[in-house]
Amino acid sequence: MSNGSPREYLLTAKQMAEFAVNGFVILEEIVPRELNEAVHKEQQALGTPGYEYWFKSKLIREVFELPQVKGALQSFVGINPVYDHSFLHVVPAQYHKGQAYHADSIIDTRPYAFDIQAFYFSHDTPDEMGPTLVLPGSHLHSRVNTFSIARYKNILGQRRLASKAGTIAFMHHAIWHCAQPNYTDKTRYVFKIRLRPGQEQRGLFNTDGYDSPEVEAILRHGQHAWAGNEARLTQIAAAKFYRYLCGDDRVDFSFERALTRMGI
Amino acid sequence: MAKTRQQILILHLANPDLESRTVAWALYDGSKPKGERQMQTGDEDTPPYESVLDAMRDGWNVIQIPPLPLYRTGHEHDLGHLPYEYVLERKVTIDE
Repeated sequence: MSNGSPREYLLTAKQMAEFAVNGFVILEEIVPRELNEAVHKEQQALGTPGYEYWFKSKLIREVFELPQVKGALQSFVGINPVYDHSFLHVVPAQYHKGQAYHADSIIDTRPYAFDIQAFYFSHDTPDEMGPTLVLPGSHLHSRVNTFSIARYKNILGQRRLASKAGTIAFMHHAIWHCAQPNYTDKTRYVFKIRLRPGQEQRGLFNTDGYDSPEVEAILRHGQHAWAGNEARLTQIAAAKFYRYLCGDDRVDFSFERALTRMGI
Repeated sequence: MAKTRQQILILHLANPDLESRTVAWALYDGSKPKGERQMQTGDEDTPPYESVLDAMRDGWNVIQIPPLPLYRTGHEHDLGHLPYEYVLERKVTIDE
């Protein structure tokens, strides 16, 4: 991934504003059908290769060489990301236990830098098949340690990433999430790869219109009901994170322009 | 002979007012035998009670009220766990 992607494949400012607010961007059905089918067939044949899948499969590499996928990854972690780990997650047919809420890895002490985790669905994954459940905005509540949130069962605004084949969800590493029960007679596969940045993550996307009214509206409306009394603080955290993403520390889309007022 | 078992309901509210809105919830039911399905993540989109006060009206006893947050200088904007966590219990009768 040493050559930069053409600008047309980079994520837009509006998509990155959504990412700042929600902690994920979903690109629906960006992988062609033939490739999804080949990958799915291979996943069924290999069973549970776990961490080894990435190294065993040429097909999964093909998915992550697609220009749209490379462009999205570049928008988050730049042109020379570092491979962290990957895993082929499998939920067996009729497995009725939901995974506990968790955030991956330990508490990250980097103030703004983040790893990106791409979740690729090679087959249709409807609600009843156990797609990943995420809590939008929870990447901003990052002072949690892996399963320290495991007591929680249901949270307002939680969202199951029901997906069509070929969909990739790009998620901030700190987002609260869990696998869901599979009530179908088919095995559910999702391939996850985690990459960390090889450079500062400022202005890596298509920054056209990064301070436009449309982008401002996304950030200003970015309050989450589950955050309750903290919702304004969460919104300010998103506005601060967006400054890092867009590379302009003067842009202020925070509640009551708190960032400017307080000189944060 | 009838025996009692404890059910624990955890409600997270929007703020420290016991009548404020429930934003997260979990039920741990000690009356169910081991192996029987408990509440799972993602089970429900709507809370069982709109507030702690509503749960009290339905017979739940509050056994934990969260202390008010302490905002330390330099950490006023730190964000992590859900802060307003109430633990409620009720005893239910089981046949054995």
